[in-house]
Amino acid sequence: MGSTAGPAGPARRLVTGAVALLAAASLVTACGSGDGDSGNGGGGGASVGGVDDGATLTMWTRAATRPQSEALVKAYNAAHKNKIELTVIPTDDYQAKVGAAAGSKDLPDLFASDVVFVPNYTSSGLFADLTERVDALPFADKLAQSHIKAGTYEDKKYVVPHTLDLSVLFYNKDLYRKAKLDPEKPPATLADWDRHARAVDALGGGVNGTFFGGNCGGCGVFTWWPSIWAAGDDVMNEDGTEAQLASPTAKKVYDTYRGWVQDDIVAPGARDETGVTWTGVFPKGKIGVMPMPSTTLGLMPKGLDLGVAPIPGPDGGRSTFVGGDAIGISATSDKADQAWNFLAWSVGDKAQVDVVAAHKDVVARTDLASNKHSEADPRLVTINELVADGRTPYAMKFGQTFNDPNGPWLTLMRDAVFGDGASVDKNNDAVTASLAD
Amino acid sequence: MQVKAPDRAAAEHPVRPDTPDRRSRTPALLRRSRTLQGMAYAAPTAVFVAVFFLLPLLLVGQMSLSDWPLLAGDRGGNAPENYTDATDSTLFWPAVRFTLLYTVLVTVVLLGLALLLALLVQESRPGAGFFRTVYFLPGALGLASASLLFWGLYSPSTGPLSRTLERLGLVDDPVSFLGTPTSALLSTVFLVVWKFAGFYMLILLVGLQRIPHEVYEAARMDGASRGQIFRSITLPLLRPSLALSLLLCVTGSLLAFDQFFVLTKGGPDNSTVTVVQLIYREAFQRLNLGTAAALSIIVLAALLLLNVLQFRGLRHADDS
Repeated sequence: MGSTAGPAGPARRLVTGAVALLAAASLVTACGSGDGDSGNGGGGGASVGGVDDGATLTMWTRAATRPQSEALVKAYNAAHKNKIELTVIPTDDYQAKVGAAAGSKDLPDLFASDVVFVPNYTSSGLFADLTERVDALPFADKLAQSHIKAGTYEDKKYVVPHTLDLSVLFYNKDLYRKAKLDPEKPPATLADWDRHARAVDALGGGVNGTFFGGNCGGCGVFTWWPSIWAAGDDVMNEDGTEAQLASPTAKKVYDTYRGWVQDDIVAPGARDETGVTWTGVFPKGKIGVMPMPSTTLGLMPKGLDLGVAPIPGPDGGRSTFVGGDAIGISATSDKADQAWNFLAWSVGDKAQVDVVAAHKDVVARTDLASNKHSEADPRLVTINELVADGRTPYAMKFGQTFNDPNGPWLTLMRDAVFGDGASVDKNNDAVTASLAD
Repeated sequence: MQVKAPDRAAAEHPVRPDTPDRRSRTPALLRRSRTLQGMAYAAPTAVFVAVFFLLPLLLVGQMSLSDWPLLAGDRGGNAPENYTDATDSTLFWPAVRFTLLYTVLVTVVLLGLALLLALLVQESRPGAGFFRTVYFLPGALGLASASLLFWGLYSPSTGPLSRTLERLGLVDDPVSFLGTPTSALLSTVFLVVWKFAGFYMLILLVGLQRIPHEVYEAARMDGASRGQIFRSITLPLLRPSLALSLLLCVTGSLLAFDQFFVLTKGGPDNSTVTVVQLIYREAFQRLNLGTAAALSIIVLAALLLLNVLQFRGLRHADDS
């Protein structure tokens, strides 16, 4: 969730926190009472599966992915001798907290991180090298490769995927029907999306075509970039030191969004939306079609008839931002074998299917994209299969460039969509300057 | 207080000139032991100040002269790069200007209103106690909590304020209280005034009640009008309280952070970035403790200078 870095967390808490907790709780009961196979995903030896000897491990995660982390930890604790003590830290404070703890060598045994900040941590030596352990997993190459890539620094692997959060289009089928649109035909191009949003918006009566977080850099990254990627373009060079956000494709995307703003297709509040409540708008049932984090699917109201589709580019194609949290063992932990026991278990079949997939979340492995839970809900298959088409952007200076509310990317976004879009090129240079800082 | 106590004892007790001096060498010894005693009394405070103020200050000073990323720690000196980086930032001068503008605005509105409130509730009429409590009540809230409360109130999509205005038919579309630079500034000033007016009212109220009734009576006997009494008696005699309020308000406003961090995060379009927000941003968004420390030192120096000037100005006004 580079994306929802900061943004989506509190929103989820505000809007659907209670539902989430209930869901997590029921899940855990289900898992806890299951037969006691503490399965470490495959393979027995300590080297592959780690050590389960009753150690107490500390773990940090950010509030944005709390339901997912809590479900995994509870299920693990119920079936293992090792015990994990999970601390949830407010999303906006997470970077500061990790930074301070790194300085005083007080990092917990395990800590998850918004995947876009991982390069910052690997390059600073905060994580322990997991290369051999990860490679020894029988499904190593099936792990979400964009997370693995984000956590690879100088050819060493430091993290495994913890929770995956993908940006996908949610569309309201009831409103589609009312607007005489085919509810089984979600937008396949940005132009479709534009047409659909305008058709739904025309219904009036407090209904709006679409919505986005217009004062939230993380939201823009998470929901706009897939449209650029879908066209085969990139947003940065490979090293993440040069922005390519003024390309013709990017400008086409901004133009579409600007049209929505100018013609009031967007629900009120988009301009002020700092990311705290952006995921709380769609569940109210008054929005036609908008990009949303996949982690919110399990938290949507029961009565809401919603469809899920990949985010399209201007002329078709599909992509997604493979966000969420990756997790590693801190370099200062003296219980690496025990900590690895949790990590290996968490990406194993049982945890992925019985905990992650049961919670309607995206599995961290491509070989489990289709499982007994996703079969019951084809939307999950759509999302799970997207992992392969998606990307996780890589930049050392990601946070200060794209997530910082006073950073250059938010200026670009707002000028491009709420302004006249004339300064995109100039602002792109400012983004490059920040990336290369 | 702790320091004074032994002094007073020294003055009253031992060196009585009329007592025959039987222990001629003791005074020197006693004096020394009393000095030690005094130091012992002062020691806890001194240690506290040293550990929690001087040491961190020195560390910040050293940090400001070093390349010090949050994640990697000290990488050695690089002076004066952090200082030039800090002032070269495109946000630095706008933030300085905005912080000054905000300070002037808040100080004028806040102290004006606080004085008005204090005048309203200074007499012990029936109900005055109730209103004093009511005015002071917002002051009991933490600033961050109050900001969060107002953030909710101001929200165009979920807040009640905009919806009420719409229901009353005063506006057609949801009002975006934090949506433009001006509205964001004014909305924040409103919050701060709501939150702190009662506190400054209390300071001014104490000052008002210290003014002897006789002075007012004498003025009234002499036929002075209400306006004359206010200008020539209330204001001059209230000066110490006003000075204290001014000092607190200016310093507090220059260090504004919580309210903007919660309400606007410096937006929209970087129009409400305060200097302290820049420090936070350097340290925790850009993970650069060195530049953050340099900014802190700059702010500290500016505040020191301003407080010295303010003290001097007020003392000068007192003398004249």
